[in-house]
Amino acid sequence: MSDDAVTPETVRHIAGLARVDLADDEVDRFSEQFADILDAFESLDAVPDVDADVELTNVMRADAVSPGLDTDAALENAPDHEDDYFKGPNVS
Amino acid sequence: MSDDIFITEDTIEPTGGGLLEGRTLAVKDNISTAGVRTTCGSKMLESYVPPYDATVVDRVRDAGATIVGKANMDEFGMGTTTETSFFGPTDNPAAPGHVPGGSSGGSAAAVAAGEADLALGSDTGGSIRCPASFCGVVGIKPTYGLVSRYGLVAYANSLEQIGPLASSVEDAATLLDVIAGPDERDGTTQEPPHDDVGSYRDAATGDVDGLTIGIPTELLDGAEAGVVETFWAAIDTLESQGASTQEVSLPSLEHAVEAYYVIAMSEASSNLARFDGVRYGQSGGYDGNWNEAFAEARAEGFGDEVKRRILLGTYALSAGYHDKYYKKAQDARAWVTQDFDTAFDDVDVLASPTMPVTPFELGEGLEDPLTLYLADANTVPINLANLPAISVPAGTADGLPVGMQLVGPAFGEHEIIRAASALE
Repeated sequence: MSDDAVTPETVRHIAGLARVDLADDEVDRFSEQFADILDAFESLDAVPDVDADVELTNVMRADAVSPGLDTDAALENAPDHEDDYFKGPNVS
Repeated sequence: MSDDIFITEDTIEPTGGGLLEGRTLAVKDNISTAGVRTTCGSKMLESYVPPYDATVVDRVRDAGATIVGKANMDEFGMGTTTETSFFGPTDNPAAPGHVPGGSSGGSAAAVAAGEADLALGSDTGGSIRCPASFCGVVGIKPTYGLVSRYGLVAYANSLEQIGPLASSVEDAATLLDVIAGPDERDGTTQEPPHDDVGSYRDAATGDVDGLTIGIPTELLDGAEAGVVETFWAAIDTLESQGASTQEVSLPSLEHAVEAYYVIAMSEASSNLARFDGVRYGQSGGYDGNWNEAFAEARAEGFGDEVKRRILLGTYALSAGYHDKYYKKAQDARAWVTQDFDTAFDDVDVLASPTMPVTPFELGEGLEDPLTLYLADANTVPINLANLPAISVPAGTADGLPVGMQLVGPAFGEHEIIRAASALE
């Protein structure tokens, strides 16, 4: 077990950042499992600093207008919409 | 049997004729099919119907294939058993009562059961090779950039590729011929650097005379005795046909599983942020503020393993932990890549058991995520290094299928196809 054990409060905090509601029993189960998994991740401390030999090439295309999804197709899977807009919950 | 192989059974007719004329094909349910629902094995997308086809779907239909269904999978590709699917587990046709592997378990099972001649899967850390191995079929994870991911629902973009499954190396190679090649809709695709080597299908000659095969000792250390025995018997078969073998050491592989999971979970936490129940998917309703509604949608729509990976990825990228986990994982990834490059200075291909274990019994491993993660030890290094690999049946251990994994240098698909075909 790593020194900084994963507390239920930590799991709740992370779940808040990730926008995932958790039930109390999920928080308890994840706290235990995360302690084991993060303990395994500790072994990465032994990895030396490595410079990646990156051979990346940019792929460019012409900045030209081309057809995309039409509005009806884009709205087809939305749980709800108003006119040509997705309907979402209140911003604040 | 077919009920648990496919999430949706539907016929999508070919649009042309060619290499796949008359062949039936199963498509993993994270690959978009216009007008046919594409669930990713998740409640979140239970009724999502894509308005467009993935590039690989266009290409197989153009080549004459008939799609017969959308295959079951671990939710969003996150699993090694296909048991995390919201739609329930799939039995293994080659070993009833056992898992088919994952995450492309439905794709491999469709081929093994004869429900389809061919299948498409996706492989982020072994998700084509593991089920190929467990179901006794052939699966290829192509070099990063060989096959377009346009229309693949993303899990971890820097790692994943779409690839073929089939009952023979030649059939898998033929399907690769159809789907490979640049696509203007996926900027990571590229033309293979050597275009004078013929088709992949023609590489399935079975000729391994003079081939040098490296065997990374790190990938045998953790494997079950029966798997190792079957592996060496298959190596003997290759040697009897003129291949030579030598042991090699890639010390970085000791850290590959941990590096893989940090990177894959981090990318997943970002990719899956799009599922907020507004444009598609499970709605969180319209009461309260948007953070509450999104958190509700995601609580209802995602299963345990997906939540686990999103949370761990969020943790690994959060302030104070980024350097400790994510940056070290990227260092490990660069180290793994260098180790493979060095190994290929001396050998043509590398060989290992695809999976260190034989198929789990259904329901056996779900309670202990870390044990399942460690079962990916032999497959994840290949994704970290962007390399091609094939899993081909090597025999059985205690009556259960064992696969051999052959790994090639980048865009070395021909070499691994040639070597794998010598085992048939």
